[in-house]
Amino acid sequence: MNTSSRIRLSEFAVEALVRVAGFSTIGFVLLIFLFLLREGIPVFLQVPLDNLFGTRWYPTFDFFGTLPLILGSLLITFSAIVIALPLGVAAAVFVREVAPNWAREILKPMIEVLAGIPSVVLGFFGMSLVAPLIRTTLGVPTGLTAFTGALILAYMALPTLISVAEDALDSVPKSYRDASLAMGATQWQTIWRVVVPAARSGILTAVMLGMGRAIGETMAVMMVTGNAARMPTTLDSLFRPVRTMTATVAAEMGEVAQGSTHYHALFGIGIILFLITFLINLAAASAIFQKRRRGGLR
Amino acid sequence: MIQVRTWLTVGLMTVVLVAALAGCASQSSSAQAASQAEQTIGNQGSDTLVNLALAWAEAYMADRPNTRISVTGGGTGTGLAALINGTTDIANASRAMKAEEVAAAEQNGITPVEIEVARDAIAVVVHPSNPVPGLTLQQLSDIYTHKITNWREVGGEDRPIVLLSRESNSGTYVYFLENVIRLGKKSDLMFSSETLLMPSSEGISTEVRQNPNAIGYDGLGYVTADQRMVPVAKDAQSPYVVPSVEAVNAGTYPISRALFMYTAGEPTGQVKEYLDWILGDGQVLVTTLGFVPLAK
Repeated sequence: MNTSSRIRLSEFAVEALVRVAGFSTIGFVLLIFLFLLREGIPVFLQVPLDNLFGTRWYPTFDFFGTLPLILGSLLITFSAIVIALPLGVAAAVFVREVAPNWAREILKPMIEVLAGIPSVVLGFFGMSLVAPLIRTTLGVPTGLTAFTGALILAYMALPTLISVAEDALDSVPKSYRDASLAMGATQWQTIWRVVVPAARSGILTAVMLGMGRAIGETMAVMMVTGNAARMPTTLDSLFRPVRTMTATVAAEMGEVAQGSTHYHALFGIGIILFLITFLINLAAASAIFQKRRRGGLR
Repeated sequence: MIQVRTWLTVGLMTVVLVAALAGCASQSSSAQAASQAEQTIGNQGSDTLVNLALAWAEAYMADRPNTRISVTGGGTGTGLAALINGTTDIANASRAMKAEEVAAAEQNGITPVEIEVARDAIAVVVHPSNPVPGLTLQQLSDIYTHKITNWREVGGEDRPIVLLSRESNSGTYVYFLENVIRLGKKSDLMFSSETLLMPSSEGISTEVRQNPNAIGYDGLGYVTADQRMVPVAKDAQSPYVVPSVEAVNAGTYPISRALFMYTAGEPTGQVKEYLDWILGDGQVLVTTLGFVPLAK
């Protein structure tokens, strides 16, 4: 065997290995998805739809109304984004446009460290410090509310939101800023009227990713939202307890009898959650592609 | 050429997957074979008792390597059915056997023997500063179905009531629902949807400790010193009793029940040794799992 064929052989081996690694990712995702479908589909056949999308979630007594759980998840996710968006964009603008170099060098790694705080720690923090504070300052019956969950989630979504928004601001060409300043605009006007609008679709992506992070979060949410499966339809629902899809699955999966309707119902919730996250990601992706096709900035 | 390579990789991937799956399968079948080789005591039934039964089995097996005890849950009904069909040695039950279950067992030539192994009492807890003097079962039912929504209505301060409960899959949840909210009768009363379901005893104690509006319940053994246990009365004419090991054993505390193990006929051999150990040394473990040990 000569040298060149040996090189070719090892080349082939390495290529094959890399390809297996790549394909197996897709394979695993497919397998997980198939498993989710296999375990979750039966509930849609066993439970009538008006029960499944009803307002009462008492799984031990065959009431599988997922509506309060879906609305609960959506309520705290959207509230979290409403809180996180202005903070995140402002932080990104500060880091990218305003802060001097030395401050940026400190802030960027700090923001990344934020993302590394385990959610159970944030949950405990929320349960023992934020919740009592909310109860006493807002005068609500209990501090374990949707709002508390939204605050914790906003905090968790912030690092993603800031990093992605900052990248979006970063990709705005310097010529935009130069042109704006040359026209006599102040730095403030340049940021809010030129740079941020130009990075709009990137910021939208950041919001979508932050949302994806928030809606799938489990542990912290389970610890601070009170987990009451009530319909969040009254005006004060934001300041009342709420139960999310993720917390329901996490709390009940441990002791459910395998193969029972309740077991399939929890996987059914998994499918619904998967669909919602999928739609959010799809929206994020289409926002990016639309912008690309128009030849605009990302 | 590219196509060939792609197929090769896909093929390789399949082989790896199949190998991994086969590995899993062979492992589980060999484990089954091992368990069949040893003599096992089967122990099945009540989900309330399952953790205690597991703790007992683990402690017992730790000292006796030749004995194997397999503990499974599934509910009292399942356990008793297994005993009636002769597929388990010991059935765990959080209630006494019903007359029709005894009849079914006797038809199969089995005389079930009842052994009380521990007691379960549920304490109702509030914030230490809550002045509520005591609650009847009817009042507790009205509170948890959200008919009574303010502490003022039951002799407390003018504060909204925040309901706390364990998660719906806990045995305590079902017991509280059937014996307190439904007052032991057949009805379709349910926990109010305003009830906060806490994933752990720790969740309940944290909220009760810091929120003067809260009311919660939990196994007596799980109640920590910084919560106040409310005296409970069976009805307005009965005395209000604070739960304690003594009160539970004397039978005066209304939210308590006996936990049983049933055997098919008088226990013999290994099963008898195990049950004797549970009633003796095993009682030490009862408190750590939130139950009330039997009176000495």
